Amino acid sequence: MDTQDQHGRTRTRTRTRTTRTRTRTRTRPTRLHPRLPFLAAAAAAAAFTLTAALATPLNPAPQQAEAKDDGKKTLTVAVAQSVDSLSPFVAQRLLSTSVHRLTYEYLTNYDPKDNHAVPAFATKWESSADKLTWTYTIRSNSKWSDGKKATAEDAAWTFNKIMSKEGTATANSNFVTNFKKVTAPTPTKLVIELKKPQSTMAALDVPIVPKHVWEKVDDISKFNNDKDFPVVGNGPFVLSEFKVDQYVKLRANKNFWRGAPKFDELVFKTYKDQDAAVAALRKGEVSFVAGQPALTPAQANGLKGEPDIKVNNGPGRRFFALATNPGARTRDGKKFGDGHPALLDKRVRQALFLSVDRKAIVDKVFQGNAVEGAGYIPPRFSEYSWKPSADQELGYDPQRAAKLLDEAGYRKKGSKRVGKDGKPLDFRILCHATDPNDKAVGKYLKEWWGDLGIGLKVNCLDDVSVPWYAGEYDLAFDGWSVNPDPDFVLGIHTCAALPEKAKESAATDNFICDNKYDELYEKQLAEYDPAKRAALVKQMESWLYDSGYMNVIAYPNAVEAYRTDQIKSITTMPSAAGNIYGQDGYWSWWSAVPASGKGSSDGGSSTGVIIGIAVAAVVLAGGGALFAMRRRSTADDRE
Amino acid sequence: MTAAGNNPAAILAAEAEAARADRGAPDGPAEQAGPRGRRGPRARDTTAYLQYVAGKLGGALVSMFAVLVTSFFLFRLIPGDPVKQMTGGRRVSSEQLAAMRTEFGLDQPVWQQFTDYCGNVLTGDFGTSYQFHAPVLDKITEALPATLWLTGTAYILYTLIGIWLGTRTAWRNGRLGDRFHTGLALTLYSVPSFWLGLLLIITFSVGMGPLPGLFPTGGMESGDESGFAYVVDVAHHMVLPVLTLVAVGYAQTLLVMRSSLLDEMGGDYLTTARAKGLRDDLVRRRHAVPNALLPTVTLMFVNLGTVVAGAILVETVFSWPGLGGLFYQALSVPDLPLVQGLFFVFATAVILMNTVADVIYPLLDPRVGR
Repeated sequence: MDTQDQHGRTRTRTRTRTTRTRTRTRTRPTRLHPRLPFLAAAAAAAAFTLTAALATPLNPAPQQAEAKDDGKKTLTVAVAQSVDSLSPFVAQRLLSTSVHRLTYEYLTNYDPKDNHAVPAFATKWESSADKLTWTYTIRSNSKWSDGKKATAEDAAWTFNKIMSKEGTATANSNFVTNFKKVTAPTPTKLVIELKKPQSTMAALDVPIVPKHVWEKVDDISKFNNDKDFPVVGNGPFVLSEFKVDQYVKLRANKNFWRGAPKFDELVFKTYKDQDAAVAALRKGEVSFVAGQPALTPAQANGLKGEPDIKVNNGPGRRFFALATNPGARTRDGKKFGDGHPALLDKRVRQALFLSVDRKAIVDKVFQGNAVEGAGYIPPRFSEYSWKPSADQELGYDPQRAAKLLDEAGYRKKGSKRVGKDGKPLDFRILCHATDPNDKAVGKYLKEWWGDLGIGLKVNCLDDVSVPWYAGEYDLAFDGWSVNPDPDFVLGIHTCAALPEKAKESAATDNFICDNKYDELYEKQLAEYDPAKRAALVKQMESWLYDSGYMNVIAYPNAVEAYRTDQIKSITTMPSAAGNIYGQDGYWSWWSAVPASGKGSSDGGSSTGVIIGIAVAAVVLAGGGALFAMRRRSTADDRE
Repeated sequence: MTAAGNNPAAILAAEAEAARADRGAPDGPAEQAGPRGRRGPRARDTTAYLQYVAGKLGGALVSMFAVLVTSFFLFRLIPGDPVKQMTGGRRVSSEQLAAMRTEFGLDQPVWQQFTDYCGNVLTGDFGTSYQFHAPVLDKITEALPATLWLTGTAYILYTLIGIWLGTRTAWRNGRLGDRFHTGLALTLYSVPSFWLGLLLIITFSVGMGPLPGLFPTGGMESGDESGFAYVVDVAHHMVLPVLTLVAVGYAQTLLVMRSSLLDEMGGDYLTTARAKGLRDDLVRRRHAVPNALLPTVTLMFVNLGTVVAGAILVETVFSWPGLGGLFYQALSVPDLPLVQGLFFVFATAVILMNTVADVIYPLLDPRVGR
């Protein structure tokens, strides 16, 4: 909503009549009057710009991402997001929560190898026989950055504050809904009492804040934790500086109990444009570029040939799926929306499933930067990942799809399939206008389903949430980032997640509500034995697969890139092959080892200085010469 | 400077001659520029002027009210649930969603929200941003300096360059210089600013061939400097974005200035000035340009009003932390209090500048407002 277009053009009244009377009067010899003031001002402004240009040589420091004069090793990460808040009670964006993961300890962390829960602020956790009381042993060797000891008292205060809902529920209250009471009987013992059993107690991703600092805050709901630096914390890094929309600076915590990070400083620098961020990586101004959500194939391919740059193309955390509207309804069963009734037939849903060539989509749309989809949970979470058996699999089989549709009563009449009521089978699919993958896949679906005799309208919107929550769609492109603990992505398909009122946004993903699935969900939530719980989770995935409600087409890779002349090594998650930015732990930045050599940009910029001066000098000299020539040519007028 | 230029007597003579020439010019601005040179009672003029100003101010107030109403309802037409958009892809419970809706007041009826909003704006309170959990006014004042630095510098440069080149090309129209500058300006004008910005980044930031990277790829500062070094650092970061804005922006002023000066060039008063023996330069500067400046002044004020709104695309490409970028972020949620606040501020700036232009027109050209 600008009052001007991209160029700042505005409509202005101009007169069209032009007069072409050339007047070349010889004037009496007089001297040149001093130039009009605006000429002087123009010169001054130009001089300012030129000064700035020439200032480059004097200040080469900003160019280097590492190896500054004082020997400080800095790792600069280009990120596209800006910080929403630095308060762990309100922050929701990935960048902000990543900063919190690095600056505050959580009770547990996830193993970089296989994502199982490992000790962090808590060294040990166990449940009572009735499954309702969990006792955490808090480590005694963790200190806040202001020197005070971090204890169970801090953890209890944090959880109680979230449970108090004094404007503190925004970010993390989903973790505490089932909590009855949280206490800290001793500095190393945290006790959480539950209302009913909950197996996710080793996956409480809540930053623990220092009580002695935060209890002095007047109104936590209005406090963004961005005024006093450094911010007191106990993670591997200390939040030391923040400039809105520019950067977040973190300093290494030398006293971190797991060992100090190898880099001295970690900077998250805002690059709103991904191409500009890639340019900064090429130049060496940043050490790492996190794609949002991934580098485009063009960007990745362009970087592959570059010296000293490594493109990390590892399995990601997301799944990319087609969701089928199962008939939107409220929690108490009131139906709403206008999902196509044909989709209530499982055979029709499965037929749609069978006519999607997932491999082609991975090759053509994702250009190989994805893994072919199967079960609901991506394979990187090996504990919970599930694959259909050979006879259960709904692979690409248009003939079987046609047969299923025939059975369901949708027979081909000419080139179109029609129902018993004589109406042709036409579907709509909701697509995110901002996601090029959605549009490209939409084209393939149109073709494949068209061959079957099914019509498809690809409905691309900037914001799909309105028709989605109104249940006014037949199919939709869907996708979620999965966490090491799958509880959340499973929970969004339970009846409890349905909206209370029609069309109201709710936790539900796709209005799925099924008794068998809900039963399995409750069971896995109460199952404390990891192997048994994993088995239950896989049964749920199997049910989801058969239902045809969620067709997981692909698991897109995390495509990101870094400079090997600045980062010698860095841990991906899972460590064998995985992502770097947006991990579930702090492993990548904590483990990153600086390269010993100087960054390639260092040499470049000092030569740059000299050439910069030379260029400026040539421009000045050229301008001067031109001016002199012009003066000579108009000497006639001036005499 | 010529040798004569150092002679104070010659300067004085030239001044005196010019002054005489001005008074003599039949359509010259000096004669009509102020009440001083006009016949008739001064008081009547002043009253007429005040009436004119009052009318303009009244119009501005009406516009402001329209903006107030529009800013509230317009953005509620954007599809999308702010709560859902903000929590998209994250783990949230239904309770959390409900809590957020209550916090933002979205559970209130629309008329209630509107009356609250109007009352608050009148007391200078634009509410709290949904996504940043901070007062809207704080977010705006935080980003305003960055925008003013960037677009303000660009504004001064493209206005000056536009006027200067416009004058030159009109005065020597049809010649090679005119054709070259008009062509170049129009070409740059039609270039998408984000594309030009990216080209500049690739060429001058990253470096190309023997050309090394001279400027930073983005941002406003490198974050390590203070004092004078900080000022130089910011200036260094400003070069490419300012260059982009100037390149795509100066054509407008150039063309308006050029065409209005061409209009004036056939004027008899110029012939008179020449007949008196005035040097060509003086004829242009003292007689032609002041009369041709009015459309350019209009444009200058319109542009000045939009300086505040920043430049969304250029700010994005160069990761400039200004209002344009903030507006984009606000729209994508939609962060209603923030878009409303920004829209109000942007519109106010434009209305204010237009009003100022209206008010000073009669002082520049007494034909206006009579």
